[in-house]
Amino acid sequence: MAVTSSRRAVVTLPEDTQILITREFDAPARLVYRAWTEPELVRRWWSGDRGEMTSAEIDLRVGGTWRFVMTANAGFEVAFHGQYRELVPAARVVSTEVFEGMPDAEALDTVTFTEADGRTTVRMLVQHSSQEHRDAHINSGMEEGMQESLAYLEEVARSLR
Amino acid sequence: MARAATTADAFNAVAEPRRREILDLLAGGERPVNDLVALLGLAQPLVSKHLRVLREVGLVEVRGDGRQRMYRLNAGPLKPIYDWVRPYEQAWSQRFDRLDTVLEELVQQEHKAEEDGENGRDE
Repeated sequence: MAVTSSRRAVVTLPEDTQILITREFDAPARLVYRAWTEPELVRRWWSGDRGEMTSAEIDLRVGGTWRFVMTANAGFEVAFHGQYRELVPAARVVSTEVFEGMPDAEALDTVTFTEADGRTTVRMLVQHSSQEHRDAHINSGMEEGMQESLAYLEEVARSLR
Repeated sequence: MARAATTADAFNAVAEPRRREILDLLAGGERPVNDLVALLGLAQPLVSKHLRVLREVGLVEVRGDGRQRMYRLNAGPLKPIYDWVRPYEQAWSQRFDRLDTVLEELVQQEHKAEEDGENGRDE
């Protein structure tokens, strides 16, 4: 089954202060939700290829907090934390997110899990309070140094390479 | 990344939702301004103003004259935006590749639990 193209994370910038990350997964929503909210599962994927996770703490209730720490490949430690605002099992997680290296730039993350035919589309909308914070977030390339309207962008820009 | 303070770069030009709509429409092919006015439901002076900003940053090109002026997309100036976002996108792709592995195991565990349950009933 050729799914490589749909398996790539797609990042778009719907508004000046937003980032939208979209990806489809070959698993039902209840399992994607588990992988998103259970510390032992989060530890296995959240750092990606950029380092090793040293800690994932999750108090999974509205008002509860989460904190993820990883040691980046370059050797330094980076940490993120936030507070859960909404939790709808297998459907939706809303939480704040603070990169501890930039504590003033608190974002609000709205993650939705939409299942169809046993597959789940994850949409993560990162809402920053200012364009500067949003841009800094993208510039950081995440840790190391980290558009439905613009969906056409990737197709068009890709053809220019 | 250094960003111009005016609408004179593509970043700012596409920050306006109506201008993104215009680019979406032109991505489907060349159009005269009247088409855009009808499709967007905006007054012509406003559409013309947006087109002017898009032309200034090179995202839209025009040919013909008078009432037959045809507008088309030139996506080249969008490439810096794409290049800017790409490392971030790659980082998430790497994360999600790992999440795939985790999910594959969860799916298998679930199947196994179901099979064990069925076997249990058979016995």
